[in-house]
Amino acid sequence: MLVLSNVHAFYGNIQALKGISLEIKEKEIVTLIGSNGAGKTTTLKTIAGLLRPKTGSIQFNGEEIGNKSAPEIVKLGISLSPEGRQVFPRMTVLENLEMGAFSRKDKAEMNGSFERIYALFPRLYERKHQAAGTLSGGEQQMLAIGRALMSKPKLLMLDEPSLGLAPLLVETIFQLIREINEQGTTILLIEQNARMALMIAHRCYVLETGKIVLADDAKHLLESDAVKKAYLGE
Amino acid sequence: MLLQQMINGFTLGSAYALTAIGYTMVFGILELVNFSHGAVYMFGAFICLILITTFKINFLMAFLLSLVITGILGMLVDKICLYPLRMKNAPKVTSLISTIGVSIFLQNLVMLLWGSETKNFPMVFNLGTLNIKGFKLSYFQLVIMGTCIVLMIGLTLIIQRTKLGKAMRATAQNMEAAKLMGIHVDQVISFTFFLGAALAAVAGIMIGMYYQTVDPMMGFMTGLKAFAAAVLGGIGVLPGAVIGGLLIGVLETLAAGYIHAGYRDAIAFAILIGVLLVRPVGLLGKPVQKKV
Repeated sequence: MLVLSNVHAFYGNIQALKGISLEIKEKEIVTLIGSNGAGKTTTLKTIAGLLRPKTGSIQFNGEEIGNKSAPEIVKLGISLSPEGRQVFPRMTVLENLEMGAFSRKDKAEMNGSFERIYALFPRLYERKHQAAGTLSGGEQQMLAIGRALMSKPKLLMLDEPSLGLAPLLVETIFQLIREINEQGTTILLIEQNARMALMIAHRCYVLETGKIVLADDAKHLLESDAVKKAYLGE
Repeated sequence: MLLQQMINGFTLGSAYALTAIGYTMVFGILELVNFSHGAVYMFGAFICLILITTFKINFLMAFLLSLVITGILGMLVDKICLYPLRMKNAPKVTSLISTIGVSIFLQNLVMLLWGSETKNFPMVFNLGTLNIKGFKLSYFQLVIMGTCIVLMIGLTLIIQRTKLGKAMRATAQNMEAAKLMGIHVDQVISFTFFLGAALAAVAGIMIGMYYQTVDPMMGFMTGLKAFAAAVLGGIGVLPGAVIGGLLIGVLETLAAGYIHAGYRDAIAFAILIGVLLVRPVGLLGKPVQKKV
Protein backbone atom coordinates (compact mmCIF):
# COMPACT_ATOMS: atom_id res chain seq x y z
CA MET A 1 0.00 0.00 0.00
CA LEU A 2 2.71 2.47 1.04
CA VAL A 3 6.30 2.01 -0.04
CA LEU A 4 9.17 4.31 0.93
CA SER A 5 12.41 3.68 -0.88
CA ASN A 6 15.63 5.33 0.14
CA VAL A 7 14.01 8.55 1.40
CA HIS A 8 16.33 11.36 2.45
CA ALA A 9 14.90 14.45 4.14
CA PHE A 10 16.39 17.63 5.61
CA TYR A 11 15.42 20.37 8.04
CA GLY A 12 17.40 23.22 6.50
CA ASN A 13 20.91 21.84 6.41
CA ILE A 14 20.36 19.14 8.96
CA GLN A 15 19.74 15.72 7.54
CA ALA A 16 16.95 14.03 9.47
CA LEU A 17 16.30 10.98 7.29
CA LYS A 18 19.23 9.11 5.78
CA GLY A 19 17.71 6.67 3.36
CA ILE A 20 14.53 5.27 4.88
CA SER A 21 12.97 2.31 3.13
CA LEU A 22 9.86 0.69 4.48
CA GLU A 23 6.65 -0.89 3.39
CA ILE A 24 3.15 -1.00 4.80
CA LYS A 25 0.64 -3.52 3.57
CA GLU A 26 -3.11 -3.15 3.62
CA LYS A 27 -4.89 -3.80 6.96
CA GLU A 28 -1.63 -3.87 8.91
CA ILE A 29 -0.59 -2.04 12.05
CA VAL A 30 3.03 -1.08 11.60
CA THR A 31 4.96 0.70 14.31
CA LEU A 32 8.16 2.73 14.26
CA ILE A 33 10.21 2.72 17.40
CA GLY A 34 13.46 4.46 18.24
CA SER A 35 14.89 6.99 20.62
CA ASN A 36 14.32 10.76 20.47
CA GLY A 37 15.72 12.30 17.33
CA ALA A 38 15.78 9.01 15.45
CA GLY A 39 13.53 10.45 12.74
CA LYS A 40 10.17 8.87 13.54
CA THR A 41 8.13 12.07 13.47
CA THR A 42 10.09 13.29 10.45
CA THR A 43 9.19 10.10 8.62
CA LEU A 44 5.49 10.67 9.24
CA LYS A 45 5.72 14.35 8.32
CA THR A 46 7.46 13.44 5.09
CA ILE A 47 4.78 10.91 4.20
CA ALA A 48 2.05 13.44 5.06
CA GLY A 49 3.60 16.04 2.75
CA LEU A 50 4.59 18.56 5.42
CA LEU A 51 8.20 17.94 4.45
CA ARG A 52 9.46 17.20 0.95
CA PRO A 53 11.90 14.34 0.56
CA LYS A 54 15.16 15.48 -1.05
CA THR A 55 15.71 12.17 -2.79
CA GLY A 56 14.00 8.82 -2.81
CA SER A 57 10.44 7.87 -3.58
CA ILE A 58 7.21 7.50 -1.63
CA GLN A 59 4.56 5.47 -3.39
CA PHE A 60 1.00 5.13 -2.22
CA ASN A 61 -1.01 2.45 -4.02
CA GLY A 62 1.46 2.68 -6.88
CA GLU A 63 1.27 6.48 -7.17
CA GLU A 64 4.29 8.68 -6.44
CA ILE A 65 3.34 11.12 -3.67
CA GLY A 66 6.77 12.49 -2.67
CA ASN A 67 6.16 15.68 -4.64
CA LYS A 68 2.57 16.24 -3.56
CA SER A 69 1.35 18.81 -1.03
CA ALA A 70 -0.24 17.90 2.30
CA PRO A 71 -3.82 18.67 1.18
CA GLU A 72 -3.40 16.50 -1.94
CA ILE A 73 -2.10 13.63 0.16
CA VAL A 74 -5.05 13.85 2.56
CA LYS A 75 -7.33 13.60 -0.45
CA LEU A 76 -5.57 10.42 -1.59
CA GLY A 77 -6.36 8.81 1.76
CA ILE A 78 -3.45 9.32 4.15
CA SER A 79 -4.19 11.10 7.39
CA LEU A 80 -1.88 12.11 10.24
CA SER A 81 -2.80 12.68 13.85
CA PRO A 82 0.19 14.79 14.81
CA GLU A 83 2.36 14.69 17.89
CA GLY A 84 1.02 16.84 20.72
CA ARG A 85 -2.55 16.48 19.37
CA GLN A 86 -2.65 19.92 17.70
CA VAL A 87 -6.40 20.32 17.96
CA PHE A 88 -7.83 23.75 17.11
CA PRO A 89 -8.24 25.08 20.66
CA ARG A 90 -10.79 27.84 20.05
CA MET A 91 -13.02 25.74 17.83
CA THR A 92 -15.64 23.35 19.18
CA VAL A 93 -15.24 19.58 19.10
CA LEU A 94 -17.79 19.47 16.30
CA GLU A 95 -15.93 22.11 14.28
CA ASN A 96 -12.65 20.26 14.77
CA LEU A 97 -14.26 17.13 13.35
CA GLU A 98 -15.70 19.14 10.47
CA MET A 99 -12.22 20.38 9.67
CA GLY A 100 -11.10 16.75 9.57
CA ALA A 101 -13.61 16.21 6.78
CA PHE A 102 -12.52 19.38 4.95
CA SER A 103 -11.33 17.57 1.81
CA ARG A 104 -14.50 15.50 1.46
CA LYS A 105 -17.29 16.36 -0.94
CA ASP A 106 -19.72 13.53 -0.07
CA LYS A 107 -21.95 15.50 2.27
CA ALA A 108 -24.55 12.73 2.50
CA GLU A 109 -22.12 10.15 3.82
CA MET A 110 -20.52 12.55 6.27
CA ASN A 111 -23.16 11.95 8.92
CA GLY A 112 -22.15 8.32 8.98
CA SER A 113 -18.57 9.36 9.71
CA PHE A 114 -19.67 11.56 12.60
CA GLU A 115 -21.66 8.66 14.02
CA ARG A 116 -18.71 6.36 13.66
CA ILE A 117 -16.46 8.77 15.57
CA TYR A 118 -19.06 9.31 18.27
CA ALA A 119 -19.49 5.56 18.62
CA LEU A 120 -15.74 5.12 19.04
CA PHE A 121 -15.42 8.10 21.40
CA PRO A 122 -18.71 8.71 23.26
CA ARG A 123 -16.94 11.43 25.26
CA LEU A 124 -16.62 13.55 22.15
CA TYR A 125 -20.36 13.40 21.59
CA GLU A 126 -21.01 14.60 25.13
CA ARG A 127 -18.70 17.53 24.58
CA LYS A 128 -19.36 18.34 20.97
CA HIS A 129 -20.15 22.02 21.56
CA GLN A 130 -17.25 22.59 23.92
CA ALA A 131 -14.10 24.41 22.79
CA ALA A 132 -11.37 21.84 22.12
CA GLY A 133 -8.88 23.80 24.22
CA THR A 134 -10.94 23.15 27.34
CA LEU A 135 -10.86 19.35 26.97
CA SER A 136 -8.59 17.17 29.07
CA GLY A 137 -5.46 15.73 27.51
CA GLY A 138 -7.07 12.34 26.93
CA GLU A 139 -10.15 13.88 25.34
CA GLN A 140 -7.97 16.03 23.10
CA GLN A 141 -6.15 12.90 21.99
CA MET A 142 -9.45 11.22 21.16
CA LEU A 143 -10.42 14.32 19.23
CA ALA A 144 -7.13 14.34 17.33
CA ILE A 145 -7.61 10.71 16.31
CA GLY A 146 -11.28 11.26 15.52
CA ARG A 147 -10.45 14.30 13.44
CA ALA A 148 -7.85 12.34 11.49
CA LEU A 149 -10.45 9.63 10.83
CA MET A 150 -12.96 12.14 9.46
CA SER A 151 -11.15 12.26 6.12
CA LYS A 152 -11.92 8.53 5.73
CA PRO A 153 -8.26 7.62 5.43
CA LYS A 154 -7.03 4.34 4.02
CA LEU A 155 -3.86 4.84 6.03
CA LEU A 156 -4.02 6.46 9.46
CA MET A 157 -0.73 7.67 10.95
CA LEU A 158 -0.60 8.27 14.69
CA ASP A 159 2.27 10.18 16.25
CA GLU A 160 2.62 9.45 19.98
CA PRO A 161 -1.07 8.93 20.76
CA SER A 162 -0.36 8.00 24.39
CA LEU A 163 1.93 10.94 25.16
CA GLY A 164 1.10 12.52 28.52
CA LEU A 165 -1.91 10.30 29.24
CA ALA A 166 -2.75 8.42 32.43
CA PRO A 167 -1.97 4.67 32.23
CA LEU A 168 -5.62 3.67 32.24
CA LEU A 169 -6.33 6.02 29.36
CA VAL A 170 -3.36 4.65 27.46
CA GLU A 171 -4.99 1.22 27.57
CA THR A 172 -8.22 2.69 26.22
CA ILE A 173 -6.48 4.50 23.40
CA PHE A 174 -4.63 1.36 22.33
CA GLN A 175 -7.85 -0.64 22.48
CA LEU A 176 -9.41 1.93 20.17
CA ILE A 177 -6.47 1.84 17.77
CA ARG A 178 -6.92 -1.91 17.46
CA GLU A 179 -10.64 -1.42 16.90
CA ILE A 180 -10.06 1.17 14.17
CA ASN A 181 -7.67 -1.27 12.52
CA GLU A 182 -10.19 -4.10 12.72
CA GLN A 183 -12.72 -1.87 10.97
CA GLY A 184 -10.36 -1.88 8.00
CA THR A 185 -8.01 1.10 8.39
CA THR A 186 -4.30 0.50 7.95
CA ILE A 187 -2.25 2.08 10.73
CA LEU A 188 1.25 3.45 11.04
CA LEU A 189 2.05 4.14 14.67
CA ILE A 190 4.84 5.90 16.53
CA GLU A 191 5.09 5.33 20.24
CA GLN A 192 7.31 6.12 23.19
CA ASN A 193 5.59 3.25 24.88
CA ALA A 194 7.34 0.64 22.74
CA ARG A 195 5.95 -2.35 24.62
CA MET A 196 2.34 -1.31 24.07
CA ALA A 197 3.06 -0.52 20.45
CA LEU A 198 4.69 -3.89 19.84
CA MET A 199 1.79 -5.64 21.49
CA ILE A 200 -0.81 -4.33 19.08
CA ALA A 201 1.37 -4.03 15.96
CA HIS A 202 1.90 -6.67 13.32
CA ARG A 203 5.29 -5.46 12.21
CA CYS A 204 7.85 -3.00 13.47
CA TYR A 205 10.75 -0.93 12.17
CA VAL A 206 13.47 0.28 14.53
CA LEU A 207 15.02 3.64 13.69
CA GLU A 208 18.34 5.05 14.79
CA THR A 209 19.65 8.47 13.71
CA GLY A 210 17.66 8.61 10.51
CA LYS A 211 18.21 5.01 9.41
CA ILE A 212 16.28 1.82 9.79
CA VAL A 213 18.41 -0.64 11.72
CA LEU A 214 15.94 -3.43 12.25
CA ALA A 215 12.70 -4.65 10.74
CA ASP A 216 10.76 -7.63 11.95
CA ASP A 217 7.47 -9.02 13.16
CA ALA A 218 6.39 -7.24 16.30
CA LYS A 219 6.20 -10.52 18.20
CA HIS A 220 9.83 -11.36 17.45
CA LEU A 221 11.01 -7.94 18.53
CA LEU A 222 9.14 -8.18 21.81
CA GLU A 223 11.29 -11.18 22.61
CA SER A 224 14.54 -9.93 21.11
CA ASP A 225 17.21 -9.22 23.70
CA ALA A 226 18.65 -6.23 21.89
CA VAL A 227 15.27 -4.53 21.63
CA LYS A 228 14.39 -5.38 25.22
CA LYS A 229 17.55 -3.71 26.38
CA ALA A 230 17.39 -0.64 24.20
CA TYR A 231 13.67 0.15 24.11
CA LEU A 232 11.76 -1.86 26.66
CA GLY A 233 13.93 -1.00 29.63
CA GLU A 234 14.72 -4.53 30.76
CA MET B 1 -22.73 68.77 22.29
CA LEU B 2 -21.57 65.56 23.90
CA LEU B 3 -24.02 63.46 21.91
CA GLN B 4 -23.02 65.31 18.76
CA GLN B 5 -19.36 64.52 19.38
CA MET B 6 -20.18 60.90 20.18
CA ILE B 7 -22.00 60.49 16.86
CA ASN B 8 -19.10 62.06 14.98
CA GLY B 9 -16.74 59.78 16.89
CA PHE B 10 -18.71 56.64 16.09
CA THR B 11 -18.70 57.58 12.43
CA LEU B 12 -14.95 57.93 12.39
CA GLY B 13 -14.56 54.91 14.65
CA SER B 14 -16.55 52.76 12.23
CA ALA B 15 -13.96 53.46 9.56
CA TYR B 16 -11.12 52.67 11.98
CA ALA B 17 -12.86 49.44 12.95
CA LEU B 18 -13.23 48.29 9.35
CA THR B 19 -9.56 49.01 8.70
CA ALA B 20 -8.46 47.44 11.97
CA ILE B 21 -10.14 44.16 10.99
CA GLY B 22 -7.65 43.81 8.14
CA TYR B 23 -4.71 44.19 10.52
CA THR B 24 -6.12 41.77 13.03
CA MET B 25 -7.09 39.07 10.53
CA VAL B 26 -3.68 39.04 8.88
CA PHE B 27 -1.96 39.09 12.24
CA GLY B 28 -4.16 36.25 13.45
CA ILE B 29 -2.95 34.01 10.65
CA LEU B 30 0.59 35.14 9.91
CA GLU B 31 1.61 36.91 13.13
CA LEU B 32 2.62 39.75 10.92
CA VAL B 33 1.71 43.43 11.10
CA ASN B 34 0.85 44.38 7.56
CA PHE B 35 1.94 48.02 7.35
CA SER B 36 0.84 48.31 3.75
CA HIS B 37 -2.76 48.25 4.95
CA GLY B 38 -3.05 52.03 5.36
CA ALA B 39 -1.90 52.54 1.78
CA VAL B 40 -4.38 49.92 0.61
CA TYR B 41 -7.13 51.91 2.35
CA MET B 42 -6.02 55.04 0.50
CA PHE B 43 -5.83 53.12 -2.78
CA GLY B 44 -9.42 51.97 -2.34
CA ALA B 45 -10.62 55.54 -1.97
CA PHE B 46 -8.63 56.68 -5.02
CA ILE B 47 -9.82 53.87 -7.26
CA CYS B 48 -13.42 54.66 -6.43
CA LEU B 49 -12.86 58.36 -7.10
CA ILE B 50 -11.16 57.68 -10.43
CA LEU B 51 -13.90 55.28 -11.51
CA ILE B 52 -16.51 57.93 -10.76
CA THR B 53 -14.74 60.97 -12.22
CA THR B 54 -12.62 59.62 -15.07
CA PHE B 55 -14.67 56.61 -16.12
CA LYS B 56 -18.05 58.14 -15.26
CA ILE B 57 -19.32 54.94 -13.70
CA ASN B 58 -22.29 55.31 -11.39
CA PHE B 59 -21.48 55.31 -7.72
CA LEU B 60 -22.77 51.90 -6.71
CA MET B 61 -20.94 50.12 -9.52
CA ALA B 62 -17.78 52.11 -8.84
CA PHE B 63 -18.04 51.26 -5.15
CA LEU B 64 -18.37 47.52 -5.74
CA LEU B 65 -15.72 47.54 -8.44
CA SER B 66 -13.24 49.30 -6.18
CA LEU B 67 -13.83 46.70 -3.46
CA VAL B 68 -12.92 43.94 -5.88
CA ILE B 69 -9.92 45.81 -7.32
CA THR B 70 -8.61 46.72 -3.87
CA GLY B 71 -9.22 43.17 -2.66
CA ILE B 72 -7.15 41.84 -5.54
CA LEU B 73 -4.46 44.40 -4.72
CA GLY B 74 -4.40 43.00 -1.17
CA MET B 75 -3.93 39.49 -2.54
CA LEU B 76 -1.15 40.67 -4.83
CA VAL B 77 0.66 42.35 -1.94
CA ASP B 78 0.76 38.97 -0.24
CA LYS B 79 1.61 36.94 -3.34
CA ILE B 80 4.37 39.24 -4.59
CA CYS B 81 5.91 40.62 -1.40
CA LEU B 82 5.15 38.19 1.42
CA TYR B 83 4.59 34.70 0.02
CA PRO B 84 8.14 34.37 -1.39
CA LEU B 85 9.54 35.37 2.01
CA ARG B 86 7.38 32.79 3.77
CA MET B 87 8.62 30.11 1.40
CA LYS B 88 12.18 30.99 2.35
CA ASN B 89 11.33 30.96 6.05
CA ALA B 90 12.55 34.54 6.31
CA PRO B 91 12.29 36.15 9.75
CA LYS B 92 9.03 37.98 10.47
CA VAL B 93 10.78 41.34 10.60
CA THR B 94 11.80 40.93 6.94
CA SER B 95 8.15 40.58 5.95
CA LEU B 96 7.29 43.57 8.10
CA ILE B 97 9.84 45.74 6.32
CA SER B 98 8.54 44.42 3.03
CA THR B 99 5.05 45.71 3.91
CA ILE B 100 6.47 49.14 4.75
CA GLY B 101 8.08 49.10 1.32
CA VAL B 102 4.76 48.24 -0.31
CA SER B 103 3.17 51.14 1.53
CA ILE B 104 5.73 53.64 0.20
CA PHE B 105 5.43 52.13 -3.27
CA LEU B 106 1.64 52.46 -3.32
CA GLN B 107 1.70 56.06 -2.10
CA ASN B 108 4.15 57.00 -4.82
CA LEU B 109 2.33 55.02 -7.47
CA VAL B 110 -0.85 56.93 -6.72
CA MET B 111 1.04 60.27 -6.80
CA LEU B 112 2.58 59.32 -10.11
CA LEU B 113 -0.70 58.26 -11.67
CA TRP B 114 -3.04 60.88 -10.30
CA GLY B 115 -0.88 63.63 -8.81
CA SER B 116 0.09 64.40 -5.25
CA GLU B 117 -2.44 67.15 -4.55
CA THR B 118 -5.51 66.65 -2.42
CA LYS B 119 -8.48 65.77 -4.58
CA ASN B 120 -12.07 66.65 -4.14
CA PHE B 121 -14.35 63.70 -3.66
CA PRO B 122 -17.66 64.66 -5.28
CA MET B 123 -20.79 64.60 -3.19
CA VAL B 124 -22.40 61.61 -4.87
CA PHE B 125 -25.67 61.88 -3.11
CA ASN B 126 -26.81 64.56 -0.75
CA LEU B 127 -28.96 62.95 1.87
CA GLY B 128 -29.34 66.02 4.02
CA THR B 129 -29.23 66.23 7.77
CA LEU B 130 -31.50 65.37 10.60
CA ASN B 131 -31.95 68.21 13.06
CA ILE B 132 -33.17 67.44 16.52
CA LYS B 133 -33.00 70.27 19.03
CA GLY B 134 -29.76 71.70 17.77
CA PHE B 135 -28.15 68.32 17.43
CA LYS B 136 -27.17 67.56 13.87
CA LEU B 137 -26.92 64.12 12.39
CA SER B 138 -26.29 63.78 8.70
CA TYR B 139 -27.94 60.83 7.04
CA PHE B 140 -24.60 60.01 5.53
CA GLN B 141 -23.21 59.36 9.01
CA LEU B 142 -26.02 56.87 9.47
CA VAL B 143 -25.09 55.27 6.14
CA ILE B 144 -21.48 54.90 7.27
CA MET B 145 -22.38 53.38 10.62
CA GLY B 146 -25.06 51.19 9.08
CA THR B 147 -22.70 49.89 6.42
CA CYS B 148 -20.12 49.05 9.06
CA ILE B 149 -22.63 47.17 11.17
CA VAL B 150 -23.89 45.19 8.18
CA LEU B 151 -20.35 44.35 7.07
CA MET B 152 -19.32 43.27 10.54
CA ILE B 153 -22.34 41.00 10.90
CA GLY B 154 -21.64 39.61 7.45
CA LEU B 155 -17.99 39.03 8.27
CA THR B 156 -18.86 37.32 11.54
CA LEU B 157 -21.24 35.01 9.70
CA ILE B 158 -18.60 34.20 7.10
CA ILE B 159 -16.02 33.39 9.75
CA GLN B 160 -18.32 31.48 12.08
CA ARG B 161 -20.55 29.62 9.66
CA THR B 162 -18.98 29.04 6.27
CA LYS B 163 -16.50 26.32 5.42
CA LEU B 164 -13.98 28.90 4.21
CA GLY B 165 -14.43 30.93 7.40
CA LYS B 166 -13.84 27.88 9.55
CA ALA B 167 -10.76 27.09 7.47
CA MET B 168 -9.56 30.64 8.23
CA ARG B 169 -9.95 30.09 11.96
CA ALA B 170 -8.28 26.69 11.77
CA THR B 171 -5.37 28.17 9.83
CA ALA B 172 -5.02 30.96 12.38
CA GLN B 173 -5.03 28.55 15.31
CA ASN B 174 -2.64 25.96 13.92
CA MET B 175 -1.34 26.24 10.39
CA GLU B 176 0.39 22.87 10.25
CA ALA B 177 -2.67 21.03 11.55
CA ALA B 178 -4.78 22.94 9.02
CA LYS B 179 -2.61 21.58 6.21
CA LEU B 180 -3.10 18.08 7.59
CA MET B 181 -6.87 18.57 7.37
CA GLY B 182 -6.52 19.16 3.64
CA ILE B 183 -6.92 22.93 3.87
CA HIS B 184 -5.00 24.82 1.17
CA VAL B 185 -3.61 27.40 3.55
CA ASP B 186 -2.17 29.59 0.78
CA GLN B 187 -5.66 30.05 -0.65
CA VAL B 188 -6.98 30.81 2.83
CA ILE B 189 -4.27 33.43 3.32
CA SER B 190 -5.06 34.99 -0.08
CA PHE B 191 -8.73 35.15 0.83
CA THR B 192 -7.87 36.80 4.14
CA PHE B 193 -5.85 39.50 2.39
CA PHE B 194 -8.68 40.00 -0.10
CA LEU B 195 -11.25 40.42 2.63
CA GLY B 196 -9.08 42.75 4.72
CA ALA B 197 -8.23 44.95 1.74
CA ALA B 198 -11.84 45.12 0.56
CA LEU B 199 -12.99 46.23 4.01
CA ALA B 200 -10.25 48.85 4.11
CA ALA B 201 -11.48 50.09 0.72
CA VAL B 202 -14.99 50.50 2.14
CA ALA B 203 -13.54 52.54 4.99
CA GLY B 204 -11.41 54.63 2.62
CA ILE B 205 -14.30 55.41 0.31
CA MET B 206 -16.62 56.32 3.17
CA ILE B 207 -14.10 58.59 4.79
CA GLY B 208 -13.28 60.13 1.42
CA MET B 209 -16.95 60.91 0.94
CA TYR B 210 -17.42 62.05 4.52
CA TYR B 211 -14.64 64.63 4.38
CA GLN B 212 -15.07 65.04 0.62
CA THR B 213 -11.34 64.84 0.04
CA VAL B 214 -8.77 62.17 -0.68
CA ASP B 215 -5.01 62.48 -0.87
CA PRO B 216 -2.17 59.99 -1.34
CA MET B 217 -1.06 60.30 2.28
CA MET B 218 -4.50 59.86 3.82
CA GLY B 219 -3.75 56.24 4.68
CA PHE B 220 -0.76 56.99 6.82
CA MET B 221 -2.41 58.33 9.96
CA THR B 222 -5.57 56.26 9.56
CA GLY B 223 -3.43 53.16 9.06
CA LEU B 224 -1.52 53.84 12.25
CA LYS B 225 -4.68 54.51 14.19
CA ALA B 226 -6.41 51.41 12.87
CA PHE B 227 -3.33 49.44 13.88
CA ALA B 228 -3.51 51.05 17.30
CA ALA B 229 -7.20 50.10 17.43
CA ALA B 230 -6.39 46.47 16.61
CA VAL B 231 -3.73 46.34 19.32
CA LEU B 232 -5.97 48.14 21.79
CA GLY B 233 -8.75 45.58 21.32
CA GLY B 234 -6.32 42.68 21.38
CA ILE B 235 -4.66 41.91 18.08
CA GLY B 236 -5.89 38.72 16.44
CA VAL B 237 -9.31 39.03 18.12
CA LEU B 238 -11.96 40.21 15.67
CA PRO B 239 -14.45 41.86 18.07
CA GLY B 240 -11.44 43.53 19.69
CA ALA B 241 -10.65 45.34 16.45
CA VAL B 242 -14.20 46.66 16.28
CA ILE B 243 -14.28 47.83 19.88
CA GLY B 244 -10.79 49.30 19.62
CA GLY B 245 -11.75 51.16 16.44
CA LEU B 246 -14.91 52.64 17.90
CA LEU B 247 -13.16 53.56 21.13
CA ILE B 248 -10.34 55.40 19.40
CA GLY B 249 -12.76 57.15 17.08
CA VAL B 250 -14.96 58.39 19.93
CA LEU B 251 -12.15 59.36 22.29
CA GLU B 252 -10.17 61.26 19.71
CA THR B 253 -13.27 63.17 18.64
CA LEU B 254 -14.05 64.00 22.26
CA ALA B 255 -10.48 65.09 22.84
CA ALA B 256 -10.60 67.31 19.78
CA GLY B 257 -13.90 68.79 20.87
CA TYR B 258 -13.24 69.32 24.58
CA ILE B 259 -9.50 69.75 24.89
CA HIS B 260 -7.96 70.96 21.67
CA ALA B 261 -8.14 69.83 18.07
CA GLY B 262 -4.37 69.60 18.04
CA TYR B 263 -4.45 66.74 20.51
CA ARG B 264 -6.61 64.61 18.24
CA ASP B 265 -3.83 62.26 17.12
CA ALA B 266 -1.89 62.30 20.34
CA ILE B 267 -4.85 61.13 22.37
CA ALA B 268 -5.38 57.95 20.31
CA PHE B 269 -1.87 56.79 20.99
CA ALA B 270 -1.86 57.94 24.61
CA ILE B 271 -4.89 55.70 25.24
CA LEU B 272 -3.13 52.85 23.47
CA ILE B 273 -0.06 53.18 25.66
CA GLY B 274 -2.16 53.53 28.80
CA VAL B 275 -4.23 50.41 28.11
CA LEU B 276 -1.24 48.33 27.12
CA LEU B 277 0.59 49.23 30.32
CA VAL B 278 -2.31 47.81 32.30
CA ARG B 279 -3.35 45.01 29.92
CA PRO B 280 -0.52 44.07 27.57
CA VAL B 281 -2.73 41.67 25.58
CA GLY B 282 -5.28 44.39 24.80
CA LEU B 283 -8.88 44.73 25.95
CA LEU B 284 -10.23 41.43 24.62
CA GLY B 285 -6.97 39.59 24.09
CA LYS B 286 -6.32 36.46 26.09
CA PRO B 287 -2.91 35.35 27.23
CA VAL B 288 -1.77 32.30 25.29
CA GLN B 289 -2.16 29.06 27.16
CA LYS B 290 -0.63 25.81 26.11
CA LYS B 291 -1.48 22.39 27.39
CA VAL B 292 1.26 19.79 27.42
